[in-house]
Amino acid sequence: MELSGTSEKTVTARAAGLVACTRCTRAWPIETQVCGRCGAKLVSRDENSLQRVWALWIVGLMCYVPANVYPMLRTQQLFQVDESTIIGGAVDLAHYGAFGIATIILVASVVIPLGKFWAIAFLAVSVRSGRGFASHHRLLMYEVVEYIGRWSMIDIFVVAILSALVQLQGLASITPGPAAFFFALSVIFTMLSAQAFDPRMIWDAQADDDEAL
Amino acid sequence: MADVSHVSRGPLEGLIVCPVCDATYQLQRPKNGERAVCGRCHKVLIAPRRKAGVQIIAVAVAVVVLIIAASVFPFLSISAAGRSNAVSILDAALTFTEGPMLVLALLTAGFIIFVPLLRMLLTMYVLIPVVLDRPPARHAIRAFRLSEAMRPWSMAEIFALGCAVALVKVADLATVSFGPAFWMFGVLVVLVIVQDGFLCKWSVWNSLEHPKRQ
Ligand SMILES: [Zn+2]
Ligand SMILES: [Zn+2]
Repeated sequence: MELSGTSEKTVTARAAGLVACTRCTRAWPIETQVCGRCGAKLVSRDENSLQRVWALWIVGLMCYVPANVYPMLRTQQLFQVDESTIIGGAVDLAHYGAFGIATIILVASVVIPLGKFWAIAFLAVSVRSGRGFASHHRLLMYEVVEYIGRWSMIDIFVVAILSALVQLQGLASITPGPAAFFFALSVIFTMLSAQAFDPRMIWDAQADDDEAL
Repeated sequence: MADVSHVSRGPLEGLIVCPVCDATYQLQRPKNGERAVCGRCHKVLIAPRRKAGVQIIAVAVAVVVLIIAASVFPFLSISAAGRSNAVSILDAALTFTEGPMLVLALLTAGFIIFVPLLRMLLTMYVLIPVVLDRPPARHAIRAFRLSEAMRPWSMAEIFALGCAVALVKVADLATVSFGPAFWMFGVLVVLVIVQDGFLCKWSVWNSLEHPKRQ
């Protein structure tokens, strides 16, 4: 069942002189400051959110660079020490024939983070300029960023499991490299950046597009 | 300008606003098992289920037991050339111990053990009085708010996929065997995902606002 009569033009809370609680979906008169139901701060449109989005985005990107330059894993086998970066590790796996796992690592550690940086930047720019894709594309991107971004953390967990598990004295041992630290920070900051984004601005941009037609 | 008269009529309590796109609707509570979806952006706004409260509490109890058990018991063990090593999930989380790595250890432990655990405890704290038709627990609103804020940081299911990847990576280095905690953790991940499907946030907020009417 859908809540709306689809023939009716949707009315935003802002147009109706109301402000919505984004946490519990309750409506309040527009001058209300705090939601009376759940206590969330009410803002009709979070105009400052883009600044926070960009600040967190930049920190995330700055952490992503050393995450790819420094080694992620240090493998010691007998007298031989191997250091591998994120991409190097995936390439090694592919050499052994583990293409599936190599793909998972590459997608989680390279494709998703880079896609996420691009998507957040695109959304932040496009709601400002009001141009770009149709808003269902923008929304799709927003959802991808929201729900898929956290899966990048998988590489950190792999490193954690390997380093704890592979401790066979004298035979083989694995220790985490500095990249793990930067990579985790990068994922956390991009998640925070995505959370800071106010998705209602996507729809405002779309409504402006419609009026211009 | 759109006609807003059909929206602004009546008390505000009878409205629901989509948090993603700001579309405003007259509240129509769907029947159990049905869903109210935003007509503009297709976000699910209300999805009540029969006995959802009891089911969620039951799952939460199971998850708490499983998390504690899975963190303590051995989880994976490997052996090669007569040497072996067994680790628990807590060991895996706390593996980063030097300098800045300690921060990473705490974060990892938080994401896979403490955040999921705390979310379940908060969920029980909020829902048990609601299910029993009692007035809400003290600070229930704050508790539910915290639980919802922690939702994206609860990463048990990601850790589970991480295990699969790690297994393949060590497979040619040593023999890997699964401890009891591995299977517990598998069950736990399924339960966490199932529970997420049961929980209708709107119904919880509504029952916290109108405890008697539930
Ligand atoms: Zn609220
Ligand atoms: Zn919507």
